[in-house]
Amino acid sequence: MVGQQRMQKPLPQATPETQEFWDGLKRHELRMQHCNTCDRGYFYPRPFCPYPGCHSRDVEWRTASGKGTLHSYVIAHRGHPAFEPPYVIAVVALEEGGKMMTNITGLDDPTPEKLPVDAPLEIVYQDVDDEVTLPLWKAGVGSPQIAAAT
Amino acid sequence: MPDSRNLSHKAAIVGAAETDTVGVLPDRSVLQLHAESAFNALADAGLTLDDIDGVATAGVSPAQLTEYLGIMPKWIDGTAVGGGSFLIHVGHAVAAIAAGYCDTVLITHGESGRSRVGAGGFGGARQSMSGQFEAPYGVAGPPSMFSVPIARHMKVYGTTEEQLAAVSVATRQWAQQNPRAMMRDPITIEDVLSSRMIAWPLHLLNCCLVTDGGGALIVVSEERANDFPKKPVWVLGRGESSQHTNISQMWDFTEWTAAAKITGPEAFRMAGLDQSAIQHAMFYDAFSHTPIYALEALGFVGPGEGGPWFAEMNSAPGGKLPMNTNGGGLSYTHTGMYGMFAIQESVRQLRGEAPAQLDNVEVSMVHAPGGMFSATSTLILGNQ
Ligand SMILES: [Zn+2]
Repeated sequence: MVGQQRMQKPLPQATPETQEFWDGLKRHELRMQHCNTCDRGYFYPRPFCPYPGCHSRDVEWRTASGKGTLHSYVIAHRGHPAFEPPYVIAVVALEEGGKMMTNITGLDDPTPEKLPVDAPLEIVYQDVDDEVTLPLWKAGVGSPQIAAAT
Repeated sequence: MPDSRNLSHKAAIVGAAETDTVGVLPDRSVLQLHAESAFNALADAGLTLDDIDGVATAGVSPAQLTEYLGIMPKWIDGTAVGGGSFLIHVGHAVAAIAAGYCDTVLITHGESGRSRVGAGGFGGARQSMSGQFEAPYGVAGPPSMFSVPIARHMKVYGTTEEQLAAVSVATRQWAQQNPRAMMRDPITIEDVLSSRMIAWPLHLLNCCLVTDGGGALIVVSEERANDFPKKPVWVLGRGESSQHTNISQMWDFTEWTAAAKITGPEAFRMAGLDQSAIQHAMFYDAFSHTPIYALEALGFVGPGEGGPWFAEMNSAPGGKLPMNTNGGGLSYTHTGMYGMFAIQESVRQLRGEAPAQLDNVEVSMVHAPGGMFSATSTLILGNQ
């Protein structure tokens, strides 16, 4: 909406265990951690594997594909005052493992029909300011319904 | 008579450790300090996180800690009353272990008191895991957070907006019988579906009220239970857990896993009862989908069968399992932490003094989330 001042969106501030993730985004690179014991990726970053039955501390940073699927979402019609409704609050199932909350971008007038659960998504790096780049997601290759809507 | 001496010599500390270093640690967040302490104490005891079935902490909530560690204990204590909290946790743990609530308790402390990394207070919120990984996407309270898993339940099981609406309609029918209920006009499925969209798939009438109020309970020992004017309501079973704090980190978007795996089985086991014994249910209805998830997780129906069950009006007056008979959070009242009101209605039904009183209720179940499916608790109450 042009001409209307909206309040500042809430922005993240990195902590030591998440710094590499946020630094990576500034380089337009999705950095995620991988557990070398159970061979799975996970999200959000922390210095050990969070999966029950593993919890290994043998983990490493890798650059992820930036691909995932639409795990679930809501279309917020009344939401945060800094956001223009309706907007999509989604959870992406990351190709490497783990789930990430995000917004779906590149979609005017979102409806459930345009947003089939499990649709492929790909990352979009949104440079908010000099400090923060957010990982937003948009329709990926093979997601005709969302793609057709954009 | 219960006597704390009976708990003497019944539990022991078998692991103890601090963080690798103490002092100035600007490279560690608060949660990292908790985790590092935990791993070190586990190593000291020769245990792993998967051995832990009870958790107590202060400073951060058990929900934050369990999410971070990736565990789902069956006993939690978030008693947070300042520096002595951890002494209290030890005492609680002794009782919990003696009671058979859990076997192996982890008590953690971590605080970035000097460096303030990932700490609360000014600027701290942006460094929390929700500040980093959910707030930037415009979540704005429960309607846009608690609701996130529903679309997946709809996709996997075919749950519909009409079925969600049926939960609200049935609950309103109970509210009509409760003079204290805020919303008492009858509603239809169509009324729910045509009410203002809040966060698809939730319309206004799928969302709980926002009210003021309160409640309290008095609990005494069995020996004294009959010394009071009212008929006692017995705690037959209980279960508790904690799974995550950020909705995006819920283990399974189609199942209330902590209820299915922990709180339901724990409560039924303790009570020596199964689903067939439950004559009345108070399943905290923050939103229309919450009782659907609860019904499935607690084993009253199979996975995915909750939506059709509610659509058949089984929770309504005259239905198979009268539920939320005060009118629920959807129509009676919802102050924010509504669980107290769910217990109150269960007690009223068991005492025979509810506005919409059922006949011959002897066993009632109360089930509630804390946060967004985050913490989970179940009670089985009875009057016999
Ligand atoms: Zn692992």
